[in-house]
Amino acid sequence: MTEIQAGTEAAAAASGAPQVPAIELDGVVKEYLAHGEVVQAVKGVTLAIAEGEFFSLLGPSGCGKTTTMRMVAGFEEPTRGVVRLLGQDVTNVPPNKRDVNMVFQSYALFPHMSVWENVAFGLRRRKVAEAEIRRRVGEMLEIVDLGGREKRRPREMSGGQQQRVALARALVNRPRALLLDEPLGALDLKLRQAMQIELKRIQREVGITFVYVTHDQSEALTMSDRIAVMNDGLVEQLAAPREIYERPATAFVAGFIGTSNLLSGAVDRVESGCAVLKLGEHGRVLVAEASQRAGDPISVTVRPEKITISTEEPSGDISAVRGTVSEVVYLGLYNSYAVRLADGAEVTVFQQNALDSSSTAERGDAVWLSWQPHHSYAIGS
Amino acid sequence: MRGRLGDRLLHVYTWLIIAWLTAPIAVMILFGFNDKQSKSNTSWQGFTLRWYGELFADGSLTGALVNSLEIAVISTVLTTVIGTLLGLALGRYRFRGKGMSNFLVFAAISTPELVMGASLLSLFVSGNTPRGLLTITIAHVLFSLSFVVVTVRARVVGLDPSLEEAARDLGAGTWTTFRLVTLPAIMPAVFAGALLAFALSIDDYVVTSFVNGSTLTFPLWIIGSVKVGIPPQVNVMGTLIFGIGVAIAIGNAIASRRRT
Repeated sequence: MTEIQAGTEAAAAASGAPQVPAIELDGVVKEYLAHGEVVQAVKGVTLAIAEGEFFSLLGPSGCGKTTTMRMVAGFEEPTRGVVRLLGQDVTNVPPNKRDVNMVFQSYALFPHMSVWENVAFGLRRRKVAEAEIRRRVGEMLEIVDLGGREKRRPREMSGGQQQRVALARALVNRPRALLLDEPLGALDLKLRQAMQIELKRIQREVGITFVYVTHDQSEALTMSDRIAVMNDGLVEQLAAPREIYERPATAFVAGFIGTSNLLSGAVDRVESGCAVLKLGEHGRVLVAEASQRAGDPISVTVRPEKITISTEEPSGDISAVRGTVSEVVYLGLYNSYAVRLADGAEVTVFQQNALDSSSTAERGDAVWLSWQPHHSYAIGS
Repeated sequence: MRGRLGDRLLHVYTWLIIAWLTAPIAVMILFGFNDKQSKSNTSWQGFTLRWYGELFADGSLTGALVNSLEIAVISTVLTTVIGTLLGLALGRYRFRGKGMSNFLVFAAISTPELVMGASLLSLFVSGNTPRGLLTITIAHVLFSLSFVVVTVRARVVGLDPSLEEAARDLGAGTWTTFRLVTLPAIMPAVFAGALLAFALSIDDYVVTSFVNGSTLTFPLWIIGSVKVGIPPQVNVMGTLIFGIGVAIAIGNAIASRRRT
């Protein structure tokens, strides 16, 4: 049980009865006609996003994450399936009648309007009283730290400031959910990291459901309560960040999130709850919580930072394989080793730079790699 | 050394070009102040403001100018509205016949005026349309339309499509989105297109001469009076039209700099 999971479950339990999800997608499919051929951008996505959740859609470009979000916003109509907002079917409701707002990748600030007019745009459309507009826009600009810049034009502001105007323009309407389409993509690394923390703070402050589309795994891991990892129009895994990182459900998730090693073979025997997989002459991989039986084929992932390098053969009930160091890369915080196993597979190992650097292996050294059984994780093929 | 000489030559050359381009306009303005005694207005005979005072003394010239202004204003309004809508459609949407429309827009620009004038005349004659203000206006809309379309289309293509989506997302309907977001964003191009249409209309001679019937426009009147001597009022009117044009162009430049 991870901390984050425990946190969300506690929150759900505290609020009592089963909540109506803020956003629900039910078997949503989106097909396009391109050059006379039907292309499925989204191949059937079903998920529910709880109120107040920071939810990320993560995946490589072309995986359907943006299309999925645009169907929630109403810019695309699903070919099949249902979109619900707080239990209400909005599948065919146009975007201007949906109680969600979006932050665009390009910000899409109206260039001929001042910051104030940009932020007030949504409230004006809803015919909110002028005094109320003045109060809410002022408040929102304070929240995004842009007080005193009301009269500026968007082009007179930096990328980070424009980003915050776009955020304020959407949030001031107090939508049921805020949709963010790679909103930090155009910012440089420093600013992006600052904005990640800023976004989290704002979300906590306003308590609105955030749906965040990104291809940047570290961004998703940093900010999200839950992440849906998408690939090729389908959700590969939907879980809390830690779960996704530690227990990737598929080879795609393991490869897309962080660095991971994939070892495959057949289960040799099952010993005290651990499936044991033979690798080479002396090598063994222990997999905790594996459902496979002896003889079954199995694919196992293990994260590079979980592996220990040693020159002596390790003992005990742990995974241990033999190999030769083929590459050592010094990365400051840690060293990255590429170790070639007897069967030709290459395993990446991260080892933190400890005070005692004498134990580091050199290129060409024969070494043992070892890790705990619960760090090997069997995945679906 | 050589660079400096080159720079100097470039300077001289640039000013020569500018002088070459502006000399005819300067002469036109100057001869509007000519206190001429003979019939022709070709030699400088002294300064006077008389022609400015007697600007509308020649009724037929004034009538021609009024015709030209009427045609220019009406055709500009029509051209701008139709051209903007066409430009939006061609720049934004994909539809059946888009390629053909693009081709026709280009064809209308590249067709020689003689050809266009002659074919319009035969169209009007075979359709038994009486030639006059109406046919001239139709013709002017026709040949200036493409210029507005091209100007607006270029602006629309460069427009961020998420601008309109953002407006929709914030609760604006289709019409409100157009009025509050799309139109202001393409306004500089619409305005530039309108100016072009007006400029093309007000001084058109070739096409107009085919379809005018017995109606005279400003350029037709001037060409007609070349043989008997162009009265200085023409210079004065030319000066005023030029002045207004320059003022509008400067205004547009300032406005578009403020907008974008």
